[in-house]
Amino acid sequence: MTLDAKIPSGPIEQAWAQACFDMKLVNPANKRKHSLIVVGSGLAGGAAAASLGELGYKVKCFCFQDSPRRAHSIAAQGGINAAKNYPNDGESVFRLFYDTVKGGDFRAREANVYRLAQISGKIIDQCVAQGVPFAREYGGSLTNRSFGGAQVSRTFYARGQTGQQLLLGAYQALERQIHAGSVTMIPRTEMLDLIVVDGKARGIVARNVISGKLSVHIADAVILATGGYSNVYYLSTNAKGSNTTAIWRAYKRGALFANPCFTQIHPTCIPVSGDYQSKLTLMSESLRNDGRIWVPKKKGDTRLPNEIPEEERDYYLERRYPSFGNLVPRDVASRNAKAICDEGGGVGKSGLGVYLDFSEAIGRLGEKTVRERYGNLFEMYQRITDENPYKTAMRIYPAVHYTMGGLWVDYQLQSTIPGLFVLGEANFSDHGANRLGASALMQGLSDGYFIIPYTVGNYLATNKFAKVDESRAEVTEAVASVQQKTDKLLSIKGKRTVDSFHRELGKITWDYCGMARTAEGLEGAIGKIRALREEYWQNVTVPGSGDDLNESLEKAGRVADFFELAELMCIDARDRNESCGGHFREEYQTPEGEAQRDDEHYSYVAAWGYRGDGAPPELTKEPLEFNYVHPSQRSYK
Amino acid sequence: MKLTLKIWRQKNPNEKGAFVRYPVDDVDPEMSILECLDVLNETLILRGEVPVAFEHDCREGICGSCGFMINGVAHGPERATTACQLTMRHFKDGDEVVMEPWRAKAFPLVKDLVVNRRAFDHIIEAGGYVSVSTGQAPDGNTILVGKEIADQSMDAAACIGCGACVAACPNASAALFTGAKITHLGTLPQGEPERERRALSMVAQMNAETFGNCTNIGECTGACPKEIPLEVIATMNRDYVCASFSRREDLPTPVLPVATGA
Repeated sequence: MTLDAKIPSGPIEQAWAQACFDMKLVNPANKRKHSLIVVGSGLAGGAAAASLGELGYKVKCFCFQDSPRRAHSIAAQGGINAAKNYPNDGESVFRLFYDTVKGGDFRAREANVYRLAQISGKIIDQCVAQGVPFAREYGGSLTNRSFGGAQVSRTFYARGQTGQQLLLGAYQALERQIHAGSVTMIPRTEMLDLIVVDGKARGIVARNVISGKLSVHIADAVILATGGYSNVYYLSTNAKGSNTTAIWRAYKRGALFANPCFTQIHPTCIPVSGDYQSKLTLMSESLRNDGRIWVPKKKGDTRLPNEIPEEERDYYLERRYPSFGNLVPRDVASRNAKAICDEGGGVGKSGLGVYLDFSEAIGRLGEKTVRERYGNLFEMYQRITDENPYKTAMRIYPAVHYTMGGLWVDYQLQSTIPGLFVLGEANFSDHGANRLGASALMQGLSDGYFIIPYTVGNYLATNKFAKVDESRAEVTEAVASVQQKTDKLLSIKGKRTVDSFHRELGKITWDYCGMARTAEGLEGAIGKIRALREEYWQNVTVPGSGDDLNESLEKAGRVADFFELAELMCIDARDRNESCGGHFREEYQTPEGEAQRDDEHYSYVAAWGYRGDGAPPELTKEPLEFNYVHPSQRSYK
Repeated sequence: MKLTLKIWRQKNPNEKGAFVRYPVDDVDPEMSILECLDVLNETLILRGEVPVAFEHDCREGICGSCGFMINGVAHGPERATTACQLTMRHFKDGDEVVMEPWRAKAFPLVKDLVVNRRAFDHIIEAGGYVSVSTGQAPDGNTILVGKEIADQSMDAAACIGCGACVAACPNASAALFTGAKITHLGTLPQGEPERERRALSMVAQMNAETFGNCTNIGECTGACPKEIPLEVIATMNRDYVCASFSRREDLPTPVLPVATGA
């Protein structure tokens, strides 16, 4: 199989405009004759459903939560990047593009990233017009701040709740379309399979989580915007419900899964406190703008942070990376924290933590300014840890946060199954091997508001859609396979809970396919995952029945998919014999301990295809070309 | 710590519910009350019993999924804290902790601690937005918004739609929720053109959903995990009254409310 990314030829600056012009349009009067399914209601899905509804398509939007406003985009704290150059500090579309390609460690597609940078400004405009209360200067203009890994101030924000405010903007636009009758919202409903007819995505099988009833939904195209799969690690900053099921079922129906091992570990989370821990809480990395990261020079120093004098502290990021200091990209910050703790230099009960200290910032700016910038984050920290960050240094540790990998899509955001489009974190496209801070919101909204309305139209205008009868074999087979899986999970009645398996799977994945990986470790992990998966299907217990609200059953289905995904992640990580971005293979590092890329052999997107249970997946490579940003060793020194 | 959890169990809206007491040993003061329920549920599952259903998702206090009455207080005893961020250090060894679902006619019970809050979506659907389609926006900085105005708007926009205000109100009024959206949008220049229509439509929908009337008690703001100020209700009332005079002719028709089974 060869992959055609459908990147327009010609100069990158004109690529998107050219692509838009080349796309076929759907006559306004014909739009209402086309039905579309959007799965997920976060920034990408909510924005897509609203925008497609505005255009006049007949849209059905699904989410598993009780309301589209709950989607996990809501939890993004820090901000959203845009190449506006309002602060007059040297920002440009090209610089945002350059930084994102470089930040992604040269494993992203140039044309996609350039388009993202081009669209970024329009996103801010759209959100402002919707009434998103972005932070403002006294004169009334929009405020910017600098954010992890950037040397310009290009990040727009709404206190520490940027994701919430952007999501509510999209949600409100969506509700407006629901009111107008163009979008039908179907909440509390989880997609459990994709229906492919004559090689095209034509619908989904979904389960209502309250009644347990399965339903079939047929449409002309299916758009997945179902987020990332960080919960494969059990402990992550994702919401408890975030899962891989929708994209995994699509993978098993023929969509290729790209770069599954590219996962991002966020450097500033609250450390784990005990075995009962159900999730990790992220503290916005904007904290690194003013907070200084350090550990005591003396290992095992039990003094309180305030009692440790300046000269006995190791500000290790400032020491190792003098020009970026505490603002190095996420992967670098996380890896350094892990290395320090692995050497025994960590702080806190578990030794898995480093200090993030605001005493210098409070001295310089005053407590009032610090409170204005980070007040809600400090409150959240205090609520969870019972420690006051105005008085004592915070403790932080890295946690899984985002998955750059996802379903492979071309420039049109279409997967390898025609008619199946994938947006936001669920696709692989824009962040390469490492996402920069404040870029996820940008990508989700770019995909949803400004790309899919064009590309899905082109698909609809250039294809014919025969009516799909629900009695067709492809439909009944999909429904039957979902039903069979549900029945099977309920019938095992073993001795271990779903969560206990999930925790164990998460630990394996974190230990061997987390912040640092080795070929040997990954090999072992694959065996461990297979063995645990086998036990799962023999020994899991799911209480209750399939015909009412049964969270254990929902989780059981998701964990079953996480098992298969975890194996693919390890296979991908083992196959990539280099270090890049969030993928750090211990065998491949520079003498200074930095990630050592191998552009000669690994400058490609690894897209994996499903070939049946038990059969090894098939690797197809999409070579990456860099015509504008020349690959170099990333250096933040 | 050892605690007793006294939890409202109800299989579905049609069957009768009752409180059931569950002793939980080894409660760690650092765990959240939802993690405490996780621990209980793991035990129940292994005993072959049906675990307690409760709503949750982000577990960092922003998605608005979680929430139930804890010892008679929405989201429990801590100020400005959702249930998912309420740690057990606020309880003492030997305490009995009572948990029951939000009680309001407009929030029909689904199961155990889970209720149906679709009525909130209906209120937003009625007009909680600025009618601007994708692509119509001018450059962000052409709309100047003074910092104080932006901050005021943001204070109201912080609402997470959890429903604690309704649960805390003796009248089960949704005035704080509705007022928060009306204030968020109406305070900003972007929301000005639709200000009156918005207030009329949203209030009409709120009333249709069978939420109770606001009698200025203030329990809502006390229970609100985001501390939405009571002033938003005054703003709503002002906008509504003004609009009722000037736009009497176009009173909106609400969509079918949740409590009627729609």
